[in-house]
This record gives sequence, structure tokens and C-alpha cells, in this order.
Amino acid sequence: MTSVKTFAWLTLLLPLAGCIVNALGYRVLRGKLPGYVGTAVLFGSFVSAVLMLFSLQDLAEEERHVRAVAWDVMATTGFDGELALLVDPLSVFMTVTITLVSSLIHLYSVAYMGGDRGYARFFSYLNFFVFSMLLLILAGNFLFLIVGWAFVGAASYLLISFWYRRETATAAGIKAFVINVLGDVGLVLGTFFIFKGTGTLDYLGSFEKAAEISQGDVTAGCILLLVGAFAKSAQIPLHTWLADAMEGPTPVSALIHAATMVTAGVYLIARMWPLFEQSASAAAVGAIVGCLTLFVSATIGLVVTDLKRIIAYSTMSQIGYMVMAVSSGAYVAGIFHFYTHAFFKALLFMAAGSVIAAMAGVQNIDKMRGFRGAMPFTFICFVLGGLSLAGVPPFAGFFSKDEVLAYVADRGDWHVALVVVGYVTAFITAVYTFRMIFRVFFGEPSPEARELEGGHLHHADVPRNPVTGEEEDTDVGFPGPEHHIAEQELPMRIAMGVLALAAIAAGWLQIPNVTEALDHFLEPTFAESRFHEELHPSDALTFGGLAIGALCGIAGIAVAYLIWVRRPEIAVRMRERFAPLHTLFVNKWYADEALDRLVVRPAAWFGRFAQQTFERIVVNGLFVGGPVALVRAGSAAVRSRQSGFLRAYAALMVLGLAGVVLWLLLLG
Amino acid sequence: MAEVLFFIAATGAIAGAIGVIRLENPFYSVLSLVVHLLSLAALFLLLRAEFIAAAQVVVYAGAVMVLYVFVVAYVGGAEPMRRPYAPGLRGLSVVFAAVILVELWIALLGTGLKAVDAEGARFNPAAEDPFGSPGALGNALLQKFLLPFELASLLLLVAAIGAVVLARRRRGAGLEEDDAALISVVDALRPEGTGTMKEGVSGLPDVGGTPPGSHPKGTTRPEIAAGAGESRRRGEGDDWEGGW
Amino acid sequence: MSIGWYLAVSAFIFAIGAGGVMVKRNPLVILLCLELMLNAANLALIAFSRMHGTDDGQVFALIVMVVAACEVTVGLGIIVAMYRRRVPVDVDELRELQG
Repeated sequence: MTSVKTFAWLTLLLPLAGCIVNALGYRVLRGKLPGYVGTAVLFGSFVSAVLMLFSLQDLAEEERHVRAVAWDVMATTGFDGELALLVDPLSVFMTVTITLVSSLIHLYSVAYMGGDRGYARFFSYLNFFVFSMLLLILAGNFLFLIVGWAFVGAASYLLISFWYRRETATAAGIKAFVINVLGDVGLVLGTFFIFKGTGTLDYLGSFEKAAEISQGDVTAGCILLLVGAFAKSAQIPLHTWLADAMEGPTPVSALIHAATMVTAGVYLIARMWPLFEQSASAAAVGAIVGCLTLFVSATIGLVVTDLKRIIAYSTMSQIGYMVMAVSSGAYVAGIFHFYTHAFFKALLFMAAGSVIAAMAGVQNIDKMRGFRGAMPFTFICFVLGGLSLAGVPPFAGFFSKDEVLAYVADRGDWHVALVVVGYVTAFITAVYTFRMIFRVFFGEPSPEARELEGGHLHHADVPRNPVTGEEEDTDVGFPGPEHHIAEQELPMRIAMGVLALAAIAAGWLQIPNVTEALDHFLEPTFAESRFHEELHPSDALTFGGLAIGALCGIAGIAVAYLIWVRRPEIAVRMRERFAPLHTLFVNKWYADEALDRLVVRPAAWFGRFAQQTFERIVVNGLFVGGPVALVRAGSAAVRSRQSGFLRAYAALMVLGLAGVVLWLLLLG
Repeated sequence: MAEVLFFIAATGAIAGAIGVIRLENPFYSVLSLVVHLLSLAALFLLLRAEFIAAAQVVVYAGAVMVLYVFVVAYVGGAEPMRRPYAPGLRGLSVVFAAVILVELWIALLGTGLKAVDAEGARFNPAAEDPFGSPGALGNALLQKFLLPFELASLLLLVAAIGAVVLARRRRGAGLEEDDAALISVVDALRPEGTGTMKEGVSGLPDVGGTPPGSHPKGTTRPEIAAGAGESRRRGEGDDWEGGW
Repeated sequence: MSIGWYLAVSAFIFAIGAGGVMVKRNPLVILLCLELMLNAANLALIAFSRMHGTDDGQVFALIVMVVAACEVTVGLGIIVAMYRRRVPVDVDELRELQG
């Protein structure tokens, strides 16, 4: 038990130590040293997490909920706020995944971010982010969940606007942060409702009393928690920040917006399964929103032309699968998909970073063609990641995605509709993924590719903002002058190589009827769950689903090949025929505009009203000015009596005397 | 007999009082007050306060009124005055005074003091220091009322000094030129302006750099300094609106 | 005559003096009316002293006389100073202490 706790604290605090060392010592640590420090602590954290896993497995099954309490933070009557970690199979599994992927991304960044003036700051922020994410995952009560949640939002903001002199980056950072804060509000209010019902903030205590909460409270609490989950995981309608968040450096996109932060919502729903099982309506909301998101973002991914944004929308889509899964009771399936997705999505982002570096910062796929010859390693990584994403056997994504769909289908009734949408989207996923791959790597090589084939990495004359085309420089606050591609940098190759292997093999952890390692591992966490026991797709459903999934994936690849390799004119004709649809997709289903109309403008109007009208007239005029005017009038009235006129004073004195005498007369 | 004397004295007092306020010439008012004071002394005598009656005549009518006569002779004040500042105040003042009178008379009539209807306490002229005699008053002043007595003398001292300071000549009219060099300590310590609130509100009056009271001509107002005497008549165009 | 009569006379003179203070504009005459009021008070004091048979009232009246003398002195000094500075000797004109 002690070793579990020790390893838990070690896992959590090592990244924090790395953050502080890099933050305070940025002048002292020269060159790539901050990167190595950051990566080393992360590897240490990963090792500690693995050891934590082994120690946990040493305990008996019923005991695998270890609470490691540091001290009481805010313990008063009726309120228990302790700095406590909960180490159980779910949190351990996610911790291991997160630390592994994070350490590989750190390794990648050591080379990728070379030459950037903010190198030490980058690793400090990145370590802080990992610390926050681990705090969120390992927290043992709602209080530190909220703390970790908020820290993660802050870290995301810091990292998205890492190149802070770019206006687009800072605007994107603010957008992400504001939407995250909205989610925070939902999370805190949801926590309040749960606390109101159970009287404790601790997870284990709360979950034991889950059945006692009134239906209204638990539904309200769960829906508010869902608001938090949707904001963090970029589900509709709080999804608009994720595409803009691609303004951050590619490792940031890989880490935060693929593998870790956006999965926090999935973790939340999975962790709170006792509460969600009490409230069928909240769970339904989660499932429907997840399904909606996965479909809508896939359609947008079909038409976007920015390389990173395509991958961002695919992230949104895959998270939709996960949210749908955990909301419908398929907890293990959802977590399994998270695990495989972390690997292949991080791989895809890393490879995209390599391509963008070869293009000297340009991200538009209209300008990229034929990199296959110039960047073979990157190409292979892209293809492996893409195959995994498209759900082609025997890659990792195949097993996880189809497990999700099979389990959700096993719920029966209206969940089957969700599953149908899921399969359609799987097809679309394959299409857009390979659209991306075929357009970037096939065809006549673009000038940059030619240059690279010649052995020289393309450099732009004047560094520009890839979105707006504004001129920049390479000093601090903007990207550095160097560009690093995987073919030339060993750390990048190592990281991508490991992830590529994982993208292939990770799914073999949970092959139906063959290995069910994850199921067994996560059993203690979900042991008393109703759905966990009930949901067992029949073999027919499982293998049928696998077959359909494989078919969708391969069909999608074939369609993409047809359109973008063989006959590009089909793409043009389709765009013309389905012009309204195309416009809808390109404009991201007008979500930004809708949010602007519904939320931003009324808020701005209200602010203006408050400042110009209410503040000026009511507060300054009435509340403040009223008493002032009253006092002024009163004193003016009194002041007028002091005329300097002696006889008037004398008369008033005599009058006063008469009054006193009268009073004495009356008194007597 | 006593009643007759009372009525004469009372009439004299009241007549004197009415004369003070009704006569135009201030000098006549002073003389009327003297009559009033003498009548009051008679009333005091009727009340057997012989010492006070004597003091009244000697001190009040004799000294204070003489001082008054001197000052009225100096200042004069029979000049026609301008329109009163608040004409309505006259009527109101009469009303207030009448109200005071009525209230006091009501108090008198309705008082619970039975002794008011009597003629006073028993009077023993054969006692060692009978009521009102100098001996009795002397004893009282030096025994029972010693402190007020001493304080009163202190007050007299202060008043005497004050009078001297106030009426001192400071750059009066018609100074010779070589007197202009005489400056006293008080001149150096004198503050700007006279400290009225009007000065505080609207600033010191513009006297062209010379402190008030220091102009060789005795005033900073050119039209007065130009050719005014001390008995200057007030005429048209005289726009004295404050500012010393 | 009973003491009440003296008190009635005193009240009358006091009222006359008060009216005079309020009505008259020459500061000298105002001071004279003040004297009237003080004397009325003195008369009342002496009357009450007679009523009680003690000398306390008479001593009080004596002190009042002292105070009246001092006040007259200082007041006349002010009036003389006013006159010297060519300030109009009219109470209605002296309205500086306002606001």
C-alpha cells in the first residue's frame, strides 16, 4: 500500500519539479538542457507510473482503491477538502498512458522546438501541463479535480498562445480559455449539486451514497458535469476552440489536443459512472452529444484544407466516440479507445509537424504535394497512424473503435441509431484521413518537396503567419528560425517510431475472445456498475461489427484513393454539385457564427449597457449622486441661513428664546 | 406712599426704555437710557437694595453712560441711512418681542411661587448687616462669592486691555510721511485679509499689494482717499460692497 | 407693591430691549438696547433677591453690572475702530460673514 502511494506522489510531483527547475533556471540551463530536463522527469514519471501499476496489481482486487492523503486543505464542518489522490485501475491506466505519450512528445519537442527563443519556457509549460493533467486524473475528490481541471485549462492557454506575439495565437488562446472557463463553471456547479446530495467531496464516499441523491439533484449535477466535460473535450456546442487551438506549436497539439487534455471529459464521465447511472437523462444527453459531434466534425474534416485542423477535427470526432461510449455504459471500450487514440493521434500530429517543418511553417495542404519521396519516414508514420485511425485491421484503432460501437449497440433501443451514425462516420473518417495522406504525399512533388529531395530544407525568405500571411520575425514570441523534420532528427524519429509501433500493436491488448487484458485490469473500478455487467455483445454482434468496421475503413481508403490519386476532377465536380453542403462544412456548420450571435453579442451588449447606461445613470446618478445631491441641497438650505446679516441673527436668537420659554411654560 | 413712588419710578423706566428705541438721534437715546437707569435705581431702593442702587447710579449711569456719551459725540451717527436690507424683518421683530413679553407675563401670572404676591421677605433693619446694606454685600462678596468677585476683576482687566488695543491708532487719517516707517511687531504678524468667510470663498480683495490698514492715505479705496474726510456724506455712486 | 409688579416691569423692559436689538441699525443704539435688557435682568434679580431675603441676587446683579461695563467698553472700542476705518456705521451694511 505504501509503495503505491509513494509511486503515486512521485508520478505526480516529478513533472512539477521539472517545471520549476526549468522555470527558475532558464538562464542557467543553456541549449537543449531544458528539453532534456523536461523529458527526463517525464520518463521518470512514466517509470514511476508503471511501478505504481505493478504495486497496485499486488493488492487484492477489492483493495485496489488506494487513497493517498497528503493533508487536510479545507476540512471544516460539513466540508472535507483534503489533498488526496485516488489510485485505482482507471487512474493508473490513464496515468501510464499519459506519461508514456507525454514523455515521447517531450522527446520529440527536444528536437522540434530547437532554435526557438522560448525553449525553456516551452518545457516548463509542458511539464506544468502534465502535472496538472495527472493531478486531474489522480485526484481523489472533487476539489482537486476542479483544481487540476482549472490548471489544465490555464496550461492549455499558456501553450496555445506560446508564440505570443502572434495575434491569431493569442486570440485562439483566449477563445480556448474562455470556453474552458465556461466548462469550469459547469463543473463546479455540478460538484455543488453532488455535494449537496451526498455531503462529501471525496469520490469513494460520494459514490457510495450515489443512490441517495434526489433525482433532480443528480440529473442537474450530471448535466452540469457534462457541460464541463464538453468544454474540455471539445464537444458540440463548446467545440469551437479546438480548431483555433492549432495555433500552438505542433507538440502542444499532439499532447494537449490529441492525447490528454481533451480526454479529460471522457475520464470525468467514466469516473463518475455511479452518478451517471443514477441519471438516465444525463447519460442520454452525453451519448447523443457525443454522436452528434463525431458526425459533424467528420464532415468538416472532409473539406478543411489546413493540415493540423484536419487532424484536430478528427480528434473531435474520435472523442465523440469515446464520450458516446462512456455515456452509454461502455466504460472499458471508451477507455480502450482513448488509449489507442492517444498513440495514433500523437503520431499523426508529430508526422504533421514534420511535414509543416518541411514546408517552412505553411500548413495549407493545397500547397503540399508529393512528399513521399522526400520524407519516407514521415510518410510511413502518417500511413500507420492513418490506418489506425481509419480502423483497418490489425491496427489499434480498428479494435477499439469497433469495440465501442459493439458495446453501444448492445444497449439496444435508440442506441442502435447512434451506432449506425458511428459506422457511417467511420467511413467518412477513412475518407478524410486518406484524403489528407494522398494529397500531401502523392502526386507531383511541390517545390518544397523537390528542394528536400535535393537534400536542402526549404526556408521562407520572410517568416509569415501561416493563416493570415502577416510578416513576422524569429525572435522570442514567434517561431524560431529553425525547422526540424523527422528524417534529420534522431529524437523525433525515436518518439515517432515508438508511437508507430504502439499504433500497430496497442490494440492487441483487447482482441475480443482472445485477450481481454484491459477488461480484467479495469474490473475493480467498474465492478458494481450495472452496465458493466449487463453489456456483453454477443459474438455475432462483435464479429459482425468488426467486419463492418473493417469494410468501412477499407472502402473509405479506396474512395479516397479514387478521388485524390486517380481522378482529382471528381473532387471538383462533387464540390460543385453539393455546393450548399460544401459551404456548410467549410464554415464549420456555422457554429462560430451561432455562438457569436447567441452568446457573444448579447454579452457585449449587456456589458455596454451596464457601463454606459446602468453605471452612468443608475449607479452614478442615482445611488451615488442621489445622496450627494440630497446632502448638497440640505446644506445649501442651511447655508442660506448664514447671511452675515446681524439683525436676522438677533431675530432668530429671540425667536429661539421665545421657543425655549414656551417649552418651559408648557412643561410647567 | 410706596405705591406712588413705585409707579413714578416704573413710568420713568418704561418711558426711558421706549425713548431709547424710538428716538432718532443716538445722543438722545443715550440720555433716555440715563433716565431709565436712574429710574431703575429708584426701583432698587424701593426693593431695599441700597448698595446696588448706589452702584447703579455711580457705575452705570455715572461711568458707563459717560463713556457712551463720549463715543456718541465722536461717532455721531445721525446721518440718514440707506434702505434697510430686509424691510420685512421690522414687523417680524416686533412680533417676536411681543411674543417674548406675552410669554413672560403668562409665566408671571401663572407662576406657582406664592411669594411673588407678597412684598418680600421679612426685613430686619436692626440686624448687624441688614438686607442690601454694604456690609451684607461686602460679606457676601468676600466670603461666599469670592471667586466670582476675583474673576470679575480679571474680566475688567481684560476688557481694559482690549479697549486699548481696539481703539489704538493704526495708520489713521492724516499721517505724516516719516511716520510711515514705523512698523510694529503686530504689523509683521498680521495675516492677510481679515479672516472672513467671504474672503475664504471668493479670495482676498485686490488691494494692489499693500496690506489692509497700511495705506498711507488710510484706505485703499481711491474715491475715499482722494478727498474724503471723516464726516463724508454718503452719496450716489457709492458702491461699497464689502472688502476692508 | 408685591414683587410681581417689579417682575412685570422687568419683563416689559426686556421685551423693549429685545425689540430694539432686532430693529435698530445703528450699532450704538443696539448696544444701548442690550443695556436695557441687562438692566431688566438686574431688576428681576434684585426683585427675587428681595423675595427670598438673601443677598445672592444682589451680588449676581453686581457682577452683571461689571460684565455690562466690560462689554460696553469693548463694543464701543469696536465701533470707534469701525468709524475710524470709514466703514459705514450701519449694521445692515456689514454682511461679510456669510456663506
